[in-house]
Amino acid sequence: MAFRLTPQDQALLNGEAGAAVASAMSVLSAFSEALGAEELLDISRAHIDGCLFHGQVSLDFVERLVAGDGRVRVPTTLNVGSLDLIHPERVHLVPAAEAPARRLMEAHVALGCIPSFTCAPYQTRFRPKFGEQIAWGESNAIVFANSVIGARTNRYGDFIDLCCALTGRAPAWGLHLDENRRGQILFRLTGFPASQEATDGLFIAVGLLIGSQSVEKVPVIEGLPVPRDEDQLKALGAAAASAGAVGLFHAVGITPEAPTLADALGGQAPLAVITITPADVEAALARLSSVPDGAPLGAVCLGTPHFSLTEWKRLIPLVREIAPRCAVPIYVNTGRATLMALEETGALTGLTDFGVIPVADTCTYITAVLEQIDGVVMTNSGKWAHYAPGNIGVQVAFGSLEECVASAAAGRVVRGAA
Amino acid sequence: MIRPGRAYADGQAEGAALVLTEALSFWGGIDSATGTIIDRSHPQVGESVAGKILVMPGARGSSSSSSVLAECLRLGTGPLGILLARPDPILTVAALVARSLYGIACPILVAEIAGIATGDRLRLQANQGGGHAEILPAH
Repeated sequence: MAFRLTPQDQALLNGEAGAAVASAMSVLSAFSEALGAEELLDISRAHIDGCLFHGQVSLDFVERLVAGDGRVRVPTTLNVGSLDLIHPERVHLVPAAEAPARRLMEAHVALGCIPSFTCAPYQTRFRPKFGEQIAWGESNAIVFANSVIGARTNRYGDFIDLCCALTGRAPAWGLHLDENRRGQILFRLTGFPASQEATDGLFIAVGLLIGSQSVEKVPVIEGLPVPRDEDQLKALGAAAASAGAVGLFHAVGITPEAPTLADALGGQAPLAVITITPADVEAALARLSSVPDGAPLGAVCLGTPHFSLTEWKRLIPLVREIAPRCAVPIYVNTGRATLMALEETGALTGLTDFGVIPVADTCTYITAVLEQIDGVVMTNSGKWAHYAPGNIGVQVAFGSLEECVASAAAGRVVRGAA
Repeated sequence: MIRPGRAYADGQAEGAALVLTEALSFWGGIDSATGTIIDRSHPQVGESVAGKILVMPGARGSSSSSSVLAECLRLGTGPLGILLARPDPILTVAALVARSLYGIACPILVAEIAGIATGDRLRLQANQGGGHAEILPAH
């Protein structure tokens, strides 16, 4: 069947809601037709990944929409930008780079977007509900929304997420539709003790392994222990989306579309069955570190994706207990709303004296935040460990949250019991 | 030799092929200022896509790749056209936006890529969903 616009879509394309909406609908309909969609569907919210400055094209696209009186038609959150607008002194950009980065963030707000500037919009009050049709950019947010919540979005790239927000529509295609959400590849955890602990490292390793081996198929994970909290599933998804192109995974007995293996697979046989052993997990985590234990550290970076309140509540007592005097700073990326909530309760009092540096609105692997990057940086994030060497040229040590705090106190990579 | 394909972005282009043996993420994989491949794990690292017909199995990785390809097209450091074995929505958006903003066409065609070598002269024709790739005789 050929692609068809409804009369309402056609009216938007004809400019009845202004020039900006017309150009957004023009790009969206050409895109949807190219994919092979038959029609568009309504979305209830959007999340935009275009606030990060990639060159003049970023500004040209958004400022044309502002000039054409564009306004988003659904609640629309914003992903991280290149600047920390809450602590401008944190980011060390030359003025020539700072000005366009700031303009880009402001132009999105001018379109009516919510200035959330977080890559974890699912942990704000704008979290979608099960079954909601949404158009989200940002790979970790996409996989969390689809997998952990059961909302429905494709992997929307820059530009098209904003076209969806301005029109309130998305292609009826891919992960928006029941038939494409069925699991196709089965990853089976085997050889683990029955009492295996739900460690952060296990979830990150499983994410890396399904990411690198799923190609474009929907993975199902069987045998994952019950997670301590949703942050472990967030870390799994972020790792899977960095190592590959995973937009949706099912964890049997854990995620909402997979109460049983048969549910996850839609009653069909998997295309392939891949085992994950304790040795695979160990090897995947070992690949994240490029330095030996004991290596001197320049910094510790946490919060990729952005730290939740729950993660802060794990970190704060650890810092007070283990690292009352850090040898190197602990940078923590987090959303501005999370930061405000923490500041209101006084939970952060005195933490900066310990060397904890909160970073809002952006992330330490995409912009110039770190004071000292000639050394090694330690992180508990699979995503940070994956991208930072290429983006900002650092060497990485990967460890648990406890190991990261103990290492910050010691100024070198410390493993095992602190 | 003509190979039929499916068009994802319209246009026509003719030039020398650059064949990538692995999928590439434009974000983190290409320097938009020069069009050079900077992903150190990629077999064709150091090659430039500028002014070439880019031939590859597919794309991968970040949803920001649409921005990076569109910026390359704006600067003239991008490919003249792209021939893929597997469709890629994120690159498709880049071509649509470059046309919409700057009137620059970068045809994207999905067709059989086996048997094409770097340096071969290719012509891509992509129009309204249909199109073909043609390997031209050497000069």
